Amino acid sequence: MQFGIFTVGDVTPDPTTGRTPSEHERITAMTTIALKAEEVGLDVFATGEHHNPPFVPSSPTTMLGWIAARTERLILSTSTTLITTNDPVKIAEDFAMLQHLAGGRVDLMLGRGNTGPVYPWFGQDIRQGIPLAIENYALLHRLWREDVVDWEGRFRTPLQGFTSTPRPLDGVPPFVWHGSIRSPEIAEQAAYYGDGFFANNIFWPKEHFQRLISLYRERYAHYGHGTPEQAVVGLGGQIFMRKRSQDAVREFRPYFDNAPVYGHGPSLEQFTAETPLTVGSPQEVIDKTLAFRDYFGDYQRQLFLVDHAGLPLKTVLEQLDMLGEILPVLREEFARDRPADVPDAPTHASLVARRDEPTATEVTR
Amino acid sequence: MTTPVTLVAVSAGLSEPSSTRLLADRLADAARRRLAEGGRPVEVRVIELRELAVDIANNLVTGFPGPELRAALEAVAGADGLIAVTPVFSASYSGLFKSFFDVVDKDALAGTPVLIAATGGTARHSLALEHAMRPLFAYLRAVVAPTAVYAASEDWGGTGDGLTATLPSRIARAGGELADLVGARPAPAAAAEAVTPFEEQLAALRPE
Repeated sequence: MQFGIFTVGDVTPDPTTGRTPSEHERITAMTTIALKAEEVGLDVFATGEHHNPPFVPSSPTTMLGWIAARTERLILSTSTTLITTNDPVKIAEDFAMLQHLAGGRVDLMLGRGNTGPVYPWFGQDIRQGIPLAIENYALLHRLWREDVVDWEGRFRTPLQGFTSTPRPLDGVPPFVWHGSIRSPEIAEQAAYYGDGFFANNIFWPKEHFQRLISLYRERYAHYGHGTPEQAVVGLGGQIFMRKRSQDAVREFRPYFDNAPVYGHGPSLEQFTAETPLTVGSPQEVIDKTLAFRDYFGDYQRQLFLVDHAGLPLKTVLEQLDMLGEILPVLREEFARDRPADVPDAPTHASLVARRDEPTATEVTR
Repeated sequence: MTTPVTLVAVSAGLSEPSSTRLLADRLADAARRRLAEGGRPVEVRVIELRELAVDIANNLVTGFPGPELRAALEAVAGADGLIAVTPVFSASYSGLFKSFFDVVDKDALAGTPVLIAATGGTARHSLALEHAMRPLFAYLRAVVAPTAVYAASEDWGGTGDGLTATLPSRIARAGGELADLVGARPAPAAAAEAVTPFEEQLAALRPE
């Protein structure tokens, strides 16, 4: 089981002081947070991709490359990489390069994006969102696996004799997660390829994500990748902790009430009752996170959102220290009664090992 | 054993008591009577949007309904027939009424018989039913009954002028139309979440 954090990269005024960080401050805060994630023992740092203010991370592999140079173990990922509006050729190149620089500590999560105008800004049509996700990924998948690609599709210039460079590290492409908030087509796509499926699990009640994840698990088995329980599932989550529950609620409330996404709507109490948001003591965070397993089955990756809504860097770093303190308990509890045949999330090392495994025919020979 | 027909009446009236609610009740009763003549038992559920006003606003902000609103949305989606009644505000349906139908899934009412009705202080706003309400439900692909009922304040005490049907006769006609549409509707097939197999999604994208 992997634990990590994912960031949206929003530049939001701190509602308690009215101060808005500069883009530069926010970008350096994000990298500081990533280094802290490794320091406290987390496994994964993932950044969003956005192409409009108030968000800063437009160039994820640039940022992740910087972080890669200053970390040893941290897996660098995205939440999400826009498969609809990025050129799949450039995704193939950028992430293969990052793989080499990071010694394989790279995977990525593909998504369609949630900002309508990004499609026209990048020359695409939002009504083609799902077809773009399907065709672009089909090409990306080939570019990483075939040295020379001839290709023709609907949305991109054809390729004749094209080789994407550098080739993936050790000939093994980065593991891919497909993120979706509402589309069964994307769960189906993840299942077809035997890739991971990530449910954002932040803004909506769990029942919604239970339907998508059970569809993904069922189709993963249908396509012969393993049992439904062996499908590779990641979940988001959102936490704010203080030693005493009431201190957490008091401190987080102004950030909640003014948060760009859900602020000025339901109360903090309603929202925590109806969604996975947890604001409370470390024990409350442990309990609510462990319950995810009851709702969604044993899963492979848990990412928390900890740095949005204008929370100051100092507070976020404190949150990460506390997350580091409860990590051993989370690891131990999630490992308890976990069936032996439920795999861990794939890593570069495990994918290389799987590639080098003798196939069944070789063994019998 | 005939399973009961479910009629759901959505009232966007704001006062208590409200003439919008009164009209919704009358219409539900008229439909119930016609269905009962055909031997169909009827269950009527009335949804008062006033009680859901904050939940509806929260849904607009967060993208998901709280538990009570979710129950109301499920009732609307599962109804055999819908009666939708709004007061006319600023020449159209009220903002609360529209906000509720903004959070109803766009496919939830496809094929559902709907009776539209409105209330107002003066009969001069009656065409709001035709230029606002009917297009809204056409967009939602509902089957809207031909008679839409508008009740101005004066209608509650009027006896008609010999040329215009009185409110009770319009209610009876509209309720009858809704009942006939509901009665004629085949039982809905169990809707499974259909996923297009991935090969088909890929094949659809192959260049000619």
